[in-house]
Amino acid sequence: MDAIMLSEKDNVATALREVTAGEEITVGVQERSMRVRAAQAIAFGHKLAVTDINLGDQILKYGEVIGRATQRIPAGAHAHIHNIESLRGRGDLEAGASGHGV
Amino acid sequence: MEFKGYRRADGRVGTRNYVGVLSTVVCANEVTERIAREVHGATAFMHHQGCGQMPTDTARVTQALIGLGTNPNLASVLLVSLGCESVVLEEVANAVAQSGKRVERLVIQEEGGAARSVAKGELLAQDMVREASSLSPSICPVSDLVLGLKCGGSDTTQGLFANPVLGIASDMVVQAGGTSVLGEVTEFIGTEHILARHARTPVVAQGILRLVDRMEARAKAVGCDMRGGQPTGGNIKGGLTTIEEKSLGAIAKAGTAPIEAVYEYGERPRVNGLVVMDSPGREPEILTGLAAAGCTIIGFATGRGAPQGFPFVPVVKITGNIVTWDKLRDHMDCYVGTIMEGTETLPAAGRRVFDELLAFASGRMTKAEISGYTDSMDIYVTGPVI
Repeated sequence: MDAIMLSEKDNVATALREVTAGEEITVGVQERSMRVRAAQAIAFGHKLAVTDINLGDQILKYGEVIGRATQRIPAGAHAHIHNIESLRGRGDLEAGASGHGV
Repeated sequence: MEFKGYRRADGRVGTRNYVGVLSTVVCANEVTERIAREVHGATAFMHHQGCGQMPTDTARVTQALIGLGTNPNLASVLLVSLGCESVVLEEVANAVAQSGKRVERLVIQEEGGAARSVAKGELLAQDMVREASSLSPSICPVSDLVLGLKCGGSDTTQGLFANPVLGIASDMVVQAGGTSVLGEVTEFIGTEHILARHARTPVVAQGILRLVDRMEARAKAVGCDMRGGQPTGGNIKGGLTTIEEKSLGAIAKAGTAPIEAVYEYGERPRVNGLVVMDSPGREPEILTGLAAAGCTIIGFATGRGAPQGFPFVPVVKITGNIVTWDKLRDHMDCYVGTIMEGTETLPAAGRRVFDELLAFASGRMTKAEISGYTDSMDIYVTGPVI
């Protein structure tokens, strides 16, 4: 197993070793496994999409919502802060926010 | 399931037997530090609070100092005061004395300055160590243990291995009738619905949601995205993308026991079992809060390798990251990467770490204690310095 999904519902998996670009890897989920081709290098502990994720879709890990896609994330792509935003602690989205948010 | 501890006059059991030299205000830190440095068996607690604060924070600092002074890991307490601070020395001294332990006071302005205070304080502390060192530990049941839960320097391995292992060990402490304290409310954000389901009663569930609302409102009031502060830059480098994701890993360290009660920062639990205490996630403030709540040992799960310890409560480091275990061997106490390597199951690793926690509680020294990396301390305040 090269990466792990923590719930059947998840749309991202966590790399359990350094994965190189273009490599086809085994993603374990419960007793099953599936094959995904990494679109780019994925560092140990980082996530990759296991299915095509659209702009605005919820990101699921442990079967729970961990954020929202800020752009389309194709299956196999690195999924991290460049394409996922948090839904919590967002003072930048509050009315009258004085910060430098979007 | 027992450990060797020091039973105090109030019936509580310590895992260590120090003389505590406690500063009541930031302005007394120099004297406090010099006394403890010169007296073997004494340990200093210092902080940046105690004066020039809103009354709500002065009250919180006073309660934290009382909690630290009554912690059973301290045989006796020497309080060091400047003399003009907002914290009332007598209030702290009387409350700590009520636990039945010896309390001495030193007021720098009354003694005539730092040099005289240090000299008098050293002689007092020496006498207190002579008394404390005559005490012997006895065999105590795990129901006398108060475990603090902490994680830090988080990476992905931590949510998968080290935190769940600590959760199993915590469940075992609770099953044996002991107490386990979960803080770090910032790392409940995004998972409060799961924690609320673990609450013993609807009132406890509401208490959890209220703590999370309060902490998130405090962060949002600044007007920017919390990311970068939580999760930290190091968390992000380790692969954690959002606070929700970090929280899902973080709450695994609380295991599956029901949550019995919710407390304010540094407040001593009045029930046994798993309880929640308000606190931020940063090490000095959470370790101090757990010690003030009466925790006598702290389990600290880490991914990237956190070295921090506390002056008088052993902090046991647990990691599932082989790189961290190899590179920071002089800071890490327990290795659970065996789960990923397939040589140990998660439940077996949990039972092993529980046994190791009892060994550390019984006097085995942690790497933080051996290396002297034990100064991660400060009191959490929520108002401005004025």
